[in-house]
Amino acid sequence: MTGPIFIFLVLAAVAIAGAVSLILHRHPIHSALSLIVVMVALAGLYLLMGAEFVAAVQLIVYGGAIMVLFVFVIMLLNAGEEERTNFSTLATYGGVPLALGVAGLIAAALSRAGTETLPAAAQGGAVSSTRSLSMLLFSEFVYPFELTSFLILVAILGAIVLAQREN
Amino acid sequence: MEFLYKYAFIIVPVIKVAILVFIVLTVDAYLTWLERKVIAHIQARWGPHRVGPHGLLQPLADGIKFVFKEDPIPAGADRVLYFLAPFLTLVLAVTSLGVIPFGPGKFTIWGYTTTLSIVDLNISLLALFAITALGVYGIALAGWASNSKYSLFGGLRSSAQMISYELALTLSVVGVLLLAGDLSLRGIVDQQYIPNLGFLSWNIAGFGKGYGVTQILGFACFFIAAIAETNRVPFDLPEAESELVAGFHTEYASMKFAMFFIAEYTSMIVVSCLGTILFFGGWLSPFPDSWTFTHYLPSLLLIPFGLWVIFDGMRYETIFGRIILPGLGIAIAGLGIALAVFRPLNDFAQGPFWLISKVLLSLLIYIWLRGTLPRLRYDQLMGFGWKVLLPVSIANVVITSAVMFWRMPR
Repeated sequence: MTGPIFIFLVLAAVAIAGAVSLILHRHPIHSALSLIVVMVALAGLYLLMGAEFVAAVQLIVYGGAIMVLFVFVIMLLNAGEEERTNFSTLATYGGVPLALGVAGLIAAALSRAGTETLPAAAQGGAVSSTRSLSMLLFSEFVYPFELTSFLILVAILGAIVLAQREN
Repeated sequence: MEFLYKYAFIIVPVIKVAILVFIVLTVDAYLTWLERKVIAHIQARWGPHRVGPHGLLQPLADGIKFVFKEDPIPAGADRVLYFLAPFLTLVLAVTSLGVIPFGPGKFTIWGYTTTLSIVDLNISLLALFAITALGVYGIALAGWASNSKYSLFGGLRSSAQMISYELALTLSVVGVLLLAGDLSLRGIVDQQYIPNLGFLSWNIAGFGKGYGVTQILGFACFFIAAIAETNRVPFDLPEAESELVAGFHTEYASMKFAMFFIAEYTSMIVVSCLGTILFFGGWLSPFPDSWTFTHYLPSLLLIPFGLWVIFDGMRYETIFGRIILPGLGIAIAGLGIALAVFRPLNDFAQGPFWLISKVLLSLLIYIWLRGTLPRLRYDQLMGFGWKVLLPVSIANVVITSAVMFWRMPR
């Protein structure tokens, strides 16, 4: 087994273990921490693909900012352990077939896309990956990029409006 | 030997890591000594002076005390997270040192050429921010897992403060990044070098290979945000003892408490290194290159200091004073003489000498601030971060890019 594949398997196992423990843990703080483990493992996977910039941003934005906010809110509300409720009928009867269906869909997509190459940003190599990524972001994908920023701005404004209405 | 040559790419980094960790932990220990001494003298006291000459063995005594102290776990604490928090804090603080370059030189051991840093990433600045971004969890979790109201409030304050000031910290660096066009710390230092311009080519003065934009505004934001990010006076609200006993580490004792302490001092060192590299030219000398006599400055400082340590040690009647202090003095003076005599060694030591001098100066300012300033109130702290620091750092980005656009060759 070569080095990169070994590292990939370790990181993938850590990510999946984190995701499983996210669902199984009953305390919100533990679940949030499991999610951080998933984020960090994903950053490691990006690093393995040579996308250093994306890995660092994954850690800064998801691992740092967003998850700190999660943990902060859970701590602030002092949320206790979640209580088990009876499963909904949809989850009981539809859950397993739906999960299998989604898994099959992903597997089919992966097996079909196996031969396709990655976009240029990921291929640029470690040296120019940041530069080529920003070139793509501000030329070819500038409209989706700006639209996403606009969407986030609208979401922030909406949150402020909702919070103000309470008072 | 063949083994060494074959696996040098793994042995050399491991040795480098071991040396760096050893140096950093020693510096941390003596930073606490320096801090207590300096603050004591600011307040017209003596500071530690009982254990060893000038209290020099005080950090060692503290360390032994920490190891042998009882280590109680509070009732109702989340045991796993309670143990995890100090480890996480310390590991992340020490890891972030790994991306910092300490000098320009390259050297070859067993056929493996390496530099004066653990790793040379081309996104080392982002990597540093990524590691410090995770550092919040250690403190937040320590506060939560202790199951104590003081700890919880300390942890909450700390995470709120770190999220708020991290924005200003990151934005204050953008001006430097625009000038450098590079995310690696090495590249940022290289951009600040122009032959024979001395300190004028540093980012703080702004005559480097950029467009002549000073980064004083950026440095002011960086400096304030960095103090808040390391939870030091006047921004040490998370551990304000008059309100919160000791904040997030109220329930921690013995070595686990010491780990928080070591992490705090390590992140002080990291932030000082970062500020030096980004704004003060890193390992670049403040003098023009043609002043070659300044290359003897390290010797000029080390030899008299070593002689003074020998002289000082002779006056003590204890074994430590009589043997170890003169020995130390001989080593320091010998290093100074070696630097003066051997030309290649002298050239190699120039970079690290200037970097270490600047970092030590910045650490001294940290301590000076602690001896001088009172603590802010919590709402003032948050208001200042969001309403003053953030807009000013954004203004710095706008000004820098406007000047660059205006002067850009077209």
